[in-house]
Amino acid sequence: MDKMPGWADAVLVPLISILLAALVSSLVILAIGESPIDAFGSMVEGALASSAGWGYTLYYATNFMFTGLAVSVAFHARLFNIGGEGQAMLGGLGVALMCLFIPWPHWSLAVIGSGLAAAAFGALWALIPAYLQAKRGSHIVITTIMFNFIAASLLNYVLVNMLRPDGAMEPSSGVFPPATQLPTFQDMFSTTDMVLFQRAPANVSFFIAVAACFVVWLLLWRTRLGYDIRSFGHNERAAKYAGINGVRITIIAMLISGALAGMMAVNSTQGEAERLLLNSSEGAGFIGIAVALMGRNHPLGVFLAALLFGFLYQGGAEVSFWTNIPVQIVIVMQALVILFTGALDNMVRTPLERVFLAFRRKEG
Amino acid sequence: MEFLTIVQLLDSTLRSATPLLLACLAGLFSERAGIFDIGLEGKMLAAAFLSAAVAFATGSVWIGLLAGIGASVALSLLHGLASINFRGNQLISGVAINFLAAGATVLFAQNWFRQGGRTPQLSGDARFDPISLPFAETLQDVPIFGPIYHELISGHAILVYVALFMVPLTWWVLFRTRFGLRLRAVGEAPEAVDTAGISVVHLRYAAVIICGILCGIAGAYLSTGLQANFTKDMTANRGFIALAALIFAKWRPWYALGACLLFGFLFAIETRFQNIDLLGFTLPVQFVQALPYILTVVILAGFVGRAIPPRAGGAPYIKER
Repeated sequence: MDKMPGWADAVLVPLISILLAALVSSLVILAIGESPIDAFGSMVEGALASSAGWGYTLYYATNFMFTGLAVSVAFHARLFNIGGEGQAMLGGLGVALMCLFIPWPHWSLAVIGSGLAAAAFGALWALIPAYLQAKRGSHIVITTIMFNFIAASLLNYVLVNMLRPDGAMEPSSGVFPPATQLPTFQDMFSTTDMVLFQRAPANVSFFIAVAACFVVWLLLWRTRLGYDIRSFGHNERAAKYAGINGVRITIIAMLISGALAGMMAVNSTQGEAERLLLNSSEGAGFIGIAVALMGRNHPLGVFLAALLFGFLYQGGAEVSFWTNIPVQIVIVMQALVILFTGALDNMVRTPLERVFLAFRRKEG
Repeated sequence: MEFLTIVQLLDSTLRSATPLLLACLAGLFSERAGIFDIGLEGKMLAAAFLSAAVAFATGSVWIGLLAGIGASVALSLLHGLASINFRGNQLISGVAINFLAAGATVLFAQNWFRQGGRTPQLSGDARFDPISLPFAETLQDVPIFGPIYHELISGHAILVYVALFMVPLTWWVLFRTRFGLRLRAVGEAPEAVDTAGISVVHLRYAAVIICGILCGIAGAYLSTGLQANFTKDMTANRGFIALAALIFAKWRPWYALGACLLFGFLFAIETRFQNIDLLGFTLPVQFVQALPYILTVVILAGFVGRAIPPRAGGAPYIKER
């Protein structure tokens, strides 16, 4: 017998965790002598009150959808992929190579090429940790952390020694040719008499991210491979007994995860920066962990959580602009969300289960 | 290479290795007791900030050190609460602690001092100054031994010697005391410890608190010994390098000293040279930067001297009913 109805597990527990995180964040804001209500007001104002604000919110949300899905897919196979950051960096490298060295006639073809390259590079960067976990039992958390740092050094080397244009000081690649530039929301939705999403970075890759949410849902709950991944994650020994090859599942799940993380670069590198930067992943690989935890590893949940984090990022930038609250408040909030929805999950769940059990006993 | 250059390089190695060593031993206590800790970085950062801030406010580096240890232990207790009491995922808790420290330190630094997220410069008693060992000046001119004693052995902040002393102390505590035996047992077979009537919860909390204290010293050394103020993200991934060193050392104290000195040496090389010519082949500086991580992956892969973590690591202990 389940201790709690499904809706309570899927909605109520995360909701209470979020409220706790919001409560502690408010205390932090009070501690630095600012008003949490004003802060929240200017966050909503900056992130949601104008189409330009939405354009930023959705841009960040696109990144977080990709990395959130990446963490989720791995989580379903009980693998903690903390390496989204490195995989996204390598994805950026894939995008840059595609955009710089192939003369694409149109962005629609370029995005296919760069998307595939981003996925392939990201997946490749996840392959070694996956192999080591599956075959040698090396702890995937540690290896993926190490691979984040190795990726940063590799990218630094490639940018400084290979992709940097002659005479440039900054370690970044040259600007991608105009034909590879993705249409932004401004290009897509503005009419002749009204400019919408002005100068906001949200672009066509948002729809790719939404499609990716749907595809991941299909994969996990409507295919045999998804079933294998989930059963392996639920109970390794039972899955093995049922004839599921653990090595294969570990590697495939990590390849998909790495590919998703890598595809983030289509949005950030090709869609926004239009060149490869040293810090192209913008920490989104780590935020993916928070997004996946909050979204309960379900693509719909990831979609909603990514929107929330997009709002937090854009709102946080606005808050630091209009008030005395430093932008780092966003990192604190993110930490609290991870803490309450992830590590302290049982703190919320156990009392809630007791409440439901008490009700059930009364009915019975 | 000249003799003096080598001595200076080793001197710089020792200073770089100190925070690594303290954090590595911190992780050693925690992981030996079965609590994975990827929050070493965050704890060091919190300690670095608070010790610099308090040292500046009070003018006493010792009070600063205590405050830094306090900050680090507080985060340790949070980690303990999540992973021991609420049986949460220890890795996720560690990630949260890293972010919490990264955000909160800059937030409060900016709020208190308004210097762009750093603390004011420390001087005088608010810093750990290098201490000169006896006869360092007089022996300076003795060939070979003189420079080694004067440059390498003498002239470090006291915390450097504390860190070195922690190595035999850790070994002794873990392998020669009853507490150490129980601590190691709780990381391998908590159910056996429980059957013997010893509290798993108490032991694990003890380990987590020791871990907090050592991380606190490591952080305080960064901002009040190695440097003279706190700056944003000043730990610069040292917590993760310490974690790598811990695996490299296979969770053993003396090996930890070796691993930290090796990684500290790589740090020293990286800061002193840009590119290294090795037998006509140029090693890029980025490769030297990545070397600790690459070495750790190789060790983890088990191709050279397999590293086997404590058996009950990362798993919350659920008492039988």
